[in-house]
Amino acid sequence: MRLTLRETALGLRHAPLLSTLSVITIAFSLFTFGLFGLVALNVSRTLRGVEERVEIRAFIADGTPVEAVAAALGDIGAFPEVQSAVEVTSDEALARARKEMPEFQDVFQAGVLPASIEVRLRPGYRDPATVQAVASRIQTYPFVDDIRYGQEWVVKLYNIRNVAGATGLVLGVAFAAVSIIIIGSTIRLAVLAREREISIMRLVGATNGFIRRPFLIDGLLKGLLGGGLALLLTWLAHLAIDRYLIPTTFFDRNIAILGVVCGGLIGLVGSALSVGRHLRGI
Amino acid sequence: MIRFTHVSKEYPRTGVAVNNVTFELGKGEFVFLTGPSGSGKTTMLRLAYMEERPTSGDVRVTGMHTSTIRQRDIPTLRRRLGIVFQDFRLLEDRTAEQNVAFALEVTGAPRSAIPARVSRLLSQVGLASKGTSYPRELSGGEQQRVAIARALANDPVVLFADEPTGNLDDRATRGIFQLLRGINAAGTAVFMATHDLDLVRRSEYRIIEMNRGQIVYDSAESLASVPTPPPVRSSPA
Repeated sequence: MRLTLRETALGLRHAPLLSTLSVITIAFSLFTFGLFGLVALNVSRTLRGVEERVEIRAFIADGTPVEAVAAALGDIGAFPEVQSAVEVTSDEALARARKEMPEFQDVFQAGVLPASIEVRLRPGYRDPATVQAVASRIQTYPFVDDIRYGQEWVVKLYNIRNVAGATGLVLGVAFAAVSIIIIGSTIRLAVLAREREISIMRLVGATNGFIRRPFLIDGLLKGLLGGGLALLLTWLAHLAIDRYLIPTTFFDRNIAILGVVCGGLIGLVGSALSVGRHLRGI
Repeated sequence: MIRFTHVSKEYPRTGVAVNNVTFELGKGEFVFLTGPSGSGKTTMLRLAYMEERPTSGDVRVTGMHTSTIRQRDIPTLRRRLGIVFQDFRLLEDRTAEQNVAFALEVTGAPRSAIPARVSRLLSQVGLASKGTSYPRELSGGEQQRVAIARALANDPVVLFADEPTGNLDDRATRGIFQLLRGINAAGTAVFMATHDLDLVRRSEYRIIEMNRGQIVYDSAESLASVPTPPPVRSSPA
């Protein structure tokens, strides 16, 4: 192991410019991926925020006994898809309307807004089919006058989420593939720069495993350094966007660590592929 | 120790390099391989240290056959061979000592034994005082001596030398040849490809001459059949 580390250090010292360029190339490649990740994360969070607002509102007919509404609330709250079911009385609806739309304060008068049951669904049950199914079940209660759940925008939202998810997946895979290709090519340059050394190692009887090891450590280190640098650049980009454009959320600590580890793994895999191809070719 | 049996080697682009060659090199023997450029000398050496596999026929080296050896066993074979080239093939960023030690390190020699062994090897090739010099600080002859010391690091049973004096002046050539003679006298077989006919003529060693991929003369066979001196022919450099 000592010898492997020494050979790795010699390789880095032997070609400092190439090593630096490798780290920078890996960093920018992962930075692009990181920026994409940042956009995907924020789009996903925004959509999730909108999704959380998906609700079903069942308007209660005038004169409905309080006991009937209470019993229905218990039933609806027990549906597996339902996160919460609360009653909004006529007065509460009025107060809320006046608060949300102060410019129409004079228009809203007591008794103008009907009481309702406000139903929120659990995450994973906010797709159009489930929303419609739950709404239909609630509508079977005899005291329900009308039911609203924004059918059109629920469908649109769901479509946007699906398109965003699929686009994210495709772009993510494409960016990762491009990163691996760029990193593999960069490491291949390092392998070619040490071609003479590799041929001498083979002549004196070094095994392929022995020859490969310093390159793997080299790739891993460059990947980790590149990953770290990419994380720093992504964080700076996030700060700039957050300050000057729109508020954004940054990756949590685990995702950030995972990003750097992925950088190391990509470096390791790129290196293994490059050196393996080189050893097979000679 | 080395046996070529009906060996041919053909490259897709350049065609036949070695054509149906059969010969044997015995333990402790010194053999010159001569012939014009492109006659197949280097290919013969590459086949012998298994850098190449024959297109047909079999090469046996210290009990290992090209027809059966696995790729992962080749490093084990190489540790029993020494290989020297015209262009020395030293690592430019390492001193003479480090170049020799490298051969021991990659083969897993005990770390504590390496410095003494390197020192002894450099003394053996007459470079005891140049251990800390980098290749660029050494003359061509000295660089070749370092390469020979590296080739001897693992006590090879045979030393392959591909035009080892090709880049050297007469004086350095004589020095390298004397060194190879000494190595051979100590029991290591030497298989040396060379253009240097003066060197070949001055020595008493076996000569194999190649032309167009075939052995056209072998002094061992000639001596066995006809009691006349070997007719080494001039060949273009």
